[in-house]
Amino acid sequence: MTATRPANLRAPPVRARGGDWVDDTRPIAVSFDGRAYTGLAGDTLASALLANGVRVVGRSLKYHRPRGILSAGFEEPNALVQLGKGAHSEPNALATRVEIYDGMTATSVNRWPSLSHDVFAAFGLLARFMPAGFYYKTFLGSRVLWDRLYEPFLRRMAGFGRAPVGADPENYDQRHLQCDVLVVGGGVAGLASARAACASGARVVLIEDNPELAAGLAASPAKEWIDVAIGVVKQDATVLTRTTVFGAYDAGYFAALQRASDHLPQEARAGVRQRLWLIRAKQVVLATGAIERPLVFPNNDRPGVYLAGAARAYLDRFGVLVGRNVVAFTNNDETYATVIALKKAGAAIAAIVDVRANLTGGAVALAKHEGIRVLEGYVVVDVRGRSAVRGVTIAALDGGRREKIACDALLMSGGWSPAVHLFSQQGGKLIYDPGMAAFVPDRRPADPWCAGALCGETGVDAAITGGWRAGSSAATALGKPAPRGLTAELPDEPKGDAPLAFWRVPVAPSAERKCFIDFQNDSTLADVSLAVREGFTHPEHVKRYTLTGFGTDQGKTGNINALGNIAERTGGDLARLAPTTFRPPFLPVTFGALAGREKGALLDPVRVTALHDWHVAAGAAFENVGQWKRPWYYPKDGETLDQAVTRECLAVRNNVGILDASTLGKIEIVGADAAAFLNRVYTNAWSKLGVGRSRYGLMCREDGMLFDDGTTTRLAPDRFLMTTTTGNAAAVLDWLEEWLQTEWPDLKVYCTSVTDHWSTIALAGPRAREVLQCLAPGTALDAENFPFMSYQEVVVAGVAARVFRISFTGELSFEINVPWHDARHVWEAAITAGAAFGITPYGTEAMHVLRAEKGYPIIGQDTDGTVTPLDLGMAWAVSTKKDFLGKRSLARPDTARPDRKQFVGLLTSDPSRVIPEGAQIVSESNIADVRLPQSSPVPMEGHVTSSYFSAVLGRSIALALVRDGFRRTGETVYAVADGHAIAARIGPTVFYDPDGTRRDG
Amino acid sequence: MLLIDCPHCGPRDETEFHAGGEAHIARPEKAAELTDAQWADYLFMRSNTKGWFAERWVHAAGCRRWFNVERHTVTHEIRRTYPMAGAPTEPEEGP
Ligand SMILES: [Zn+2]
Repeated sequence: MTATRPANLRAPPVRARGGDWVDDTRPIAVSFDGRAYTGLAGDTLASALLANGVRVVGRSLKYHRPRGILSAGFEEPNALVQLGKGAHSEPNALATRVEIYDGMTATSVNRWPSLSHDVFAAFGLLARFMPAGFYYKTFLGSRVLWDRLYEPFLRRMAGFGRAPVGADPENYDQRHLQCDVLVVGGGVAGLASARAACASGARVVLIEDNPELAAGLAASPAKEWIDVAIGVVKQDATVLTRTTVFGAYDAGYFAALQRASDHLPQEARAGVRQRLWLIRAKQVVLATGAIERPLVFPNNDRPGVYLAGAARAYLDRFGVLVGRNVVAFTNNDETYATVIALKKAGAAIAAIVDVRANLTGGAVALAKHEGIRVLEGYVVVDVRGRSAVRGVTIAALDGGRREKIACDALLMSGGWSPAVHLFSQQGGKLIYDPGMAAFVPDRRPADPWCAGALCGETGVDAAITGGWRAGSSAATALGKPAPRGLTAELPDEPKGDAPLAFWRVPVAPSAERKCFIDFQNDSTLADVSLAVREGFTHPEHVKRYTLTGFGTDQGKTGNINALGNIAERTGGDLARLAPTTFRPPFLPVTFGALAGREKGALLDPVRVTALHDWHVAAGAAFENVGQWKRPWYYPKDGETLDQAVTRECLAVRNNVGILDASTLGKIEIVGADAAAFLNRVYTNAWSKLGVGRSRYGLMCREDGMLFDDGTTTRLAPDRFLMTTTTGNAAAVLDWLEEWLQTEWPDLKVYCTSVTDHWSTIALAGPRAREVLQCLAPGTALDAENFPFMSYQEVVVAGVAARVFRISFTGELSFEINVPWHDARHVWEAAITAGAAFGITPYGTEAMHVLRAEKGYPIIGQDTDGTVTPLDLGMAWAVSTKKDFLGKRSLARPDTARPDRKQFVGLLTSDPSRVIPEGAQIVSESNIADVRLPQSSPVPMEGHVTSSYFSAVLGRSIALALVRDGFRRTGETVYAVADGHAIAARIGPTVFYDPDGTRRDG
Repeated sequence: MLLIDCPHCGPRDETEFHAGGEAHIARPEKAAELTDAQWADYLFMRSNTKGWFAERWVHAAGCRRWFNVERHTVTHEIRRTYPMAGAPTEPEEGP
């Protein structure tokens, strides 16, 4: 159904003026709060609702007062709506920016259960009990009350839309753009800037938030110049409309969000919904305009009170009259032109109430000539009507006469605040301009050029002249020729009266709590007064105490009035108060746009080994290790993780297992000084390592804490192969490069990552030698010819391989490195040859159990950046003779303390009990219920770093870092987990084959 | 986002680089002879400069080379990039 449109709100004479954005031949059906309305193609949701006579569009945050549309643009604090449904739903859309399409559904966001029957409206009656700092003061007392009562209640009250449920189904894109001159703002000044820069041959990007350039200036006397300029700029520059520059960063870097298809119905959105533009500009012109500010007086928030410029925009762009009987309240001349425009469009003008007295300028004269009643030196002291304005009470500023005037709309204008957000974001300083009663850019040489209303160039001819100058300056700063002169014939504008800084209507203190400063956060003049009384006089403090300037609008309309009143209340000078910091984003940005295409499979690259397909076919379960996919375990016949890992571990201990260890980081270190270099980065000595021999090494940072470990082999006198932890391969290479390049450039060494050059296949278990012998029949593999910690080049299954006899399981083990593309062949040959020996592929989980049985630490799991080699009990791998990275730190008093947390083994009293990893360790057992707060703090003695059930030992094992652990062997401690204290005895870290006879055999 | 002029590759976005902290802090050659305080000074203490600051960067997603940058810590302006072996700009004489 279509609601009846109140007569004459879209008056035909207005529409006939042209310059409209709407197409009155194309009605559009939309739904708001479940009711159907008809707008026109080109309408915003706000203009469509106004045209349908809708006044209340939301409830205020704290007091749940009915609120209407205040503005016509991005500064809107009230008209927030939830758009669409389900995963497509978008919270906090501004009705003043949303372009309607057929079938649009929107709901108001801050009301419960409905807009007209709002349960929380009673808060309006409690206003006097909810002053600034209410939250801080009220909810300090009781934690229980906070959890059970206040927080759930406040969350419901806080409103402002709901995050969509489900993954965002829309597509987003990101693009990079480079240009000579970026012009932000496609109003007249921006247009002139772009035109000038284009004329000098610069590569120009022009960005405009609205769907059209030079929005709403169809009626301007400079229309002809504007039309020509639009044509030229669209041809010569990259023009992005419906695009908001929301962030200004260092070195001419800007982020902009393009609403590529938000204005289209869901089903018509092909491709991309929104596009993030990342722009690097050599020169920048900001022509971001100015934001009109409200005046501060009682009930200035009633639906039907509009910013004066918004009334003009609704008329010019959409043909919508916001009222039929209008009062305007202003401190500046521009309101007069608006009022005259409304009058010509058919509205009755009850009065213009101007805070200024003795006006002599052309604007006032023109209004009086039109027969409009102008009350100079008067203010509005009250607004009647709760859900819609019914009238105002005015009073003479000198305290004299009062009068009630009936009206259905009140236009207000407290002057204009330049939209300095982007200028400030990139570091520009602001200065207070008393003539404009506003903070304006204080432009320094490196700052963006500024033009138009941003720097007080109001009026079309000033904007064109200023814009041309800025665009021309930007281009010539790049060495471009100056564009030929501006030739437009521009009419002189009449001289007017200056605006008057006016921060509040003087009212009794009791009325201050109805004088709203920040509409979205319900901060009032009373709140600011209270904040100042309580000593919060810095704008940043007042902001946090009163919430002024928070929320989705970030105080675009309210902040300046807060500043003005702080200055008045403190008796300070407004020019000496700094506005609160402007930070990106200028407007809220959808997460989807920031993510762009980097989601799902494209979020992070996936790395797989040459054997990945084999693992998949074998039914492996995978785990992510960094970007790698590694086989976690290979379940057989519906085995659980535990069952599979038990089988895999026993196969390695009793027969032979095969592991894809290709992800192990591998770095070749080559050069005459390679050994000397290793001496400096590893804690142990490398000079004497023979060719063909391997050695385990530990790496520390300069603070002495462990960074990585691994086995490194001397392939030739000047060539080593270093292995690193899988997840640390890139970091170790970076680390080596950093020292070589920055500290030791004299060393003749270079490092090359060969991680995915060589696939690594590990054979481990008592029968590993027999399997390898099948693959390399002619090679002597016995312990004498191929001992533990040695290396040989061997032909394996017909492939030239590097074979290392090193072990991460404690069993007899060979690690076979073959070129990546040969890996599948060699692996399958090993599987085939190993079948007779019971060869079993094992995954990372079994690998972890096997290494834990041997007490081999994993750097990053058993250590955490506060652990030295000595804490791990590895003094044997720390040279006392040579210097190495971190050595001096091992002698620092805290690092050399004997009672540091040290690496120990734990055996639970109950052998079937596996302690959860991460469990804290305490030394007291008399804890009645660990879930309850203890009467005195229980000292934390350490934590469990690795914990498994060992199949070969038939019991649980754990590794832990325990305070003074080395000296506490045999002591029983308690691991606290899941509400229990689990008793365990401290012992050595090696649980299996402590003499290493299996490994060395 | 800074625009950093890699001495080897030319100007590139900051995201291609990693910052490496204050430049021109040499590793003590005879660390063992230092007092704990002297070693801690090398290890932990960095100047917190307001103004022109020499710092190390590495072109991590490019040529992987380390170099020095003189950046203004307030304006983030970069006035100079130079190789590791280069000397920092002498501070201008005060008035
Ligand atoms: Zn580079």
